[in-house]
This record gives sequence, structure tokens and C-alpha cells, in this order.
Amino acid sequence: MSPPRRLSDTAYLSQMLPLPLALPLAELEVGQHLYWHLGNLKIHGQVFLSSWVVIGALLALVFVGTRKLERDPRGLQNFLEFLWDYIRDLAREQIGEKAYRDWLPFIGTLFLFIFVSNWGGALLPWKLISLPHGELGAPTADINTTVALALLVSLAYFYAGLSRKGFRYFEYYVEPTPIMVPFKIVEDFTKPLSLSFRLFGNILADELVVAVLAFLVPLVVPLPAMLLGLFTSAIQALIFATLAAYYIGEAVHESHH
Amino acid sequence: MTSWLLLGATEGGLFDLDATLPLMAVQVVLLTLILNALFFRPVGRTVEEREGYITTSRADAKQKLAQVLRLQADLKEQLKDARKAAQALIVEAEQESDQLYRDAIAEATASANAAREASRRELDSQRDGALGQIQADATKLGDLIVDRLLAPQ
Repeated sequence: MSPPRRLSDTAYLSQMLPLPLALPLAELEVGQHLYWHLGNLKIHGQVFLSSWVVIGALLALVFVGTRKLERDPRGLQNFLEFLWDYIRDLAREQIGEKAYRDWLPFIGTLFLFIFVSNWGGALLPWKLISLPHGELGAPTADINTTVALALLVSLAYFYAGLSRKGFRYFEYYVEPTPIMVPFKIVEDFTKPLSLSFRLFGNILADELVVAVLAFLVPLVVPLPAMLLGLFTSAIQALIFATLAAYYIGEAVHESHH
Repeated sequence: MTSWLLLGATEGGLFDLDATLPLMAVQVVLLTLILNALFFRPVGRTVEEREGYITTSRADAKQKLAQVLRLQADLKEQLKDARKAAQALIVEAEQESDQLYRDAIAEATASANAAREASRRELDSQRDGALGQIQADATKLGDLIVDRLLAPQ
């Protein structure tokens, strides 16, 4: 963290706010990371810390809820079955009856991971733990996480199409006419781009709005923004999972000749 | 402020892509595998087993219901037949007892008539006998009287 960085961040935020704000806003620490070094690789420590909390929470929920599965569901099993049913409906609707089973775990994991990340970022009091650099928050507010997820989706739909249809998968590029080829190729790039930036932008913007509002007026005023943030967070998780399922469904779809 | 827009130009920034990306991808893939083993597969199996159980029990119940309805119709038919048979039996018995009653009445009437006839006949004969006797006695008495009157006085 070098001094010019801090100044540039402050300038950035001061431009956003029509208020005579001095240095304290730099405490929002946009774009600062807790760097860990693995060999000569750098990774964002705060993203991994919060993602481990998210993954731990998910695994704990799943582990406790599936310890004793019964035909007459009780307690947590009901909730898990509701989740499963919800994800199955989502996957089946987008991917289709034939292929959805293979992709249900992937779609479900995307949905659960993003949802718990977003809500965890909004609901857990991360501020209580202070890091030397950066701050804890939703793992999905970091561009690395969302790009990783989006690239996984890209790989998934290529793999889905190729494994199901072989090289006939590329017929998809010339349907309905060969004129579509450049557009379909561009789509392969815009899909992960839009997926990652949509999620990243929404979650980061939500965290920033809440942080700025809480900084300006600590009481009551941020609450509507927080509620709206929870709503957007849930919607973003649903959108990401639905689009991922839709792309996979598009790749495995058999057109009628 | 444009410094953080250039990827990797300086340390930090919103768009700082680094080794976090592949590691996060690996982490998510691992999470998918673990959740598949711990959550999606077992819960899916439970739900689908239950769906199968419900489907088969419903089919079973439907079959049983059909059987029950068939048995019910059968029993109703039998009941109707039995009722009809009982009705016929009652009518027959009534007719029979009626017949018996009438026979008995007729018989009794006949025997009563016969007895009356017999007693009347006996009466007649006794009366005839008695009349004959009286006739005879009267004749005898008349003869006696005539004898007495005509007797030598």
C-alpha cells in the first residue's frame, strides 16, 4: 500500500459524494487487499478468509442437515429438501429434462455459494475483525471470485456441449444462419464478462452504498439500503445460477433438423 | 485515479486480478464435489425415493379402492338376490300357511257339518221312533178305551 494509492482512492470517493469530505473516507478502503504470498504468487487473503467462512457455513448446514435423512423429513431436512427442490426446478427448467441431472450440483453450488457469500457479506459483522490491509466482506465483491465463477460457467457449457454432442456442438454457431458466426463467437466472450461484472458490480456497489451511508448517518438511514442490498444479493445469486443453467441448456439443446 | 484501471499496474485496486482467481475456481470446484457428495446426491436420493414411494402407494391404493368397489358391488348384488329370495320365501310361506288355514277351516267345517247331519239324522230317527211308539200307545189306549166302553157294563 503506497501513499499515492490512498490519495487516488480518496479522490475517487470524494468525486462520488457531493459533500466536503476529508480524508476519513479513505477508511472505506476500496480496492485494498490483504496480500498473501504463495511463492511469487499474490493472493487476496481477505477473500479467502471470508470464502472459508461461507464454505464452512454451507458445509456445516449440509452436514448437520443430512446426517439422518428420513422418509418423513424433520427439521433441517425439510429446509434442505426445499433448497434441493428449488435448485432442481431451476436447473430442469433451463437445461431440460435430459441433461439437468449432470449439472444440478454445479448450478446448485453456484447458487448456494453466491447466495451465502452475498448475504454473509451483508449480514455478518465483519468490521469486528480488523485486518492489517483491506477488509472482510462478501467474497463476491472481489473481481477474482466472480471472474473465477464466470470462467467456470464458460468451461462448463463448452464441456456440456462437446461431451453431449461432440463436434456437432459447433453447429450451434451457424444456427439459424452462418451469418451468426461472429456474433456467437463474441457471445462466448461477453457471457463470462457480463456474468462476472454483473455480480461483482452489484455486490460491490451494495457494500459501498451501505458503507458510505453508514459512515454519513450511522443510524436508521442505511437500513433501507441494507434491505435493498439483501434483495439484490438474493436476486444476483438467482440470476447467476439461472444464466449459468441457461448457457448450459443452450449448449446441450438439440435443434430440430 | 486511473491507475487501478490498468490491471497489475500497481498493487491493489478494484480490478486486481491475480492468483486468487484460479485458486478460487479450484475452491469452488472442490465445493461442488463436496456438496454433491454431502448434499445433492443424498437429498436427491431421499426425495426421489419418497416420490417413488408415493407413486407406488398411490397406485396400490387405487388398485385396492377398485377392488373394494368391485367387492362392494358384488356384495350389493348378493344382498339384493338374498333379499329377493327371502321375499319369495316369505310369500310362499304365507301362501302355504294360508292354504293350511283354509284347509283346516274347511276340514273343521266339513266335520262339523257331518256331525250335525248325523245328530239330526239320529234325532229324526228317534223322533220317528218316538212318534211310532206314541202312535202305538195311542192306538192301544184307544183300543183300551173302546174296549172299556164297550165292555159289558
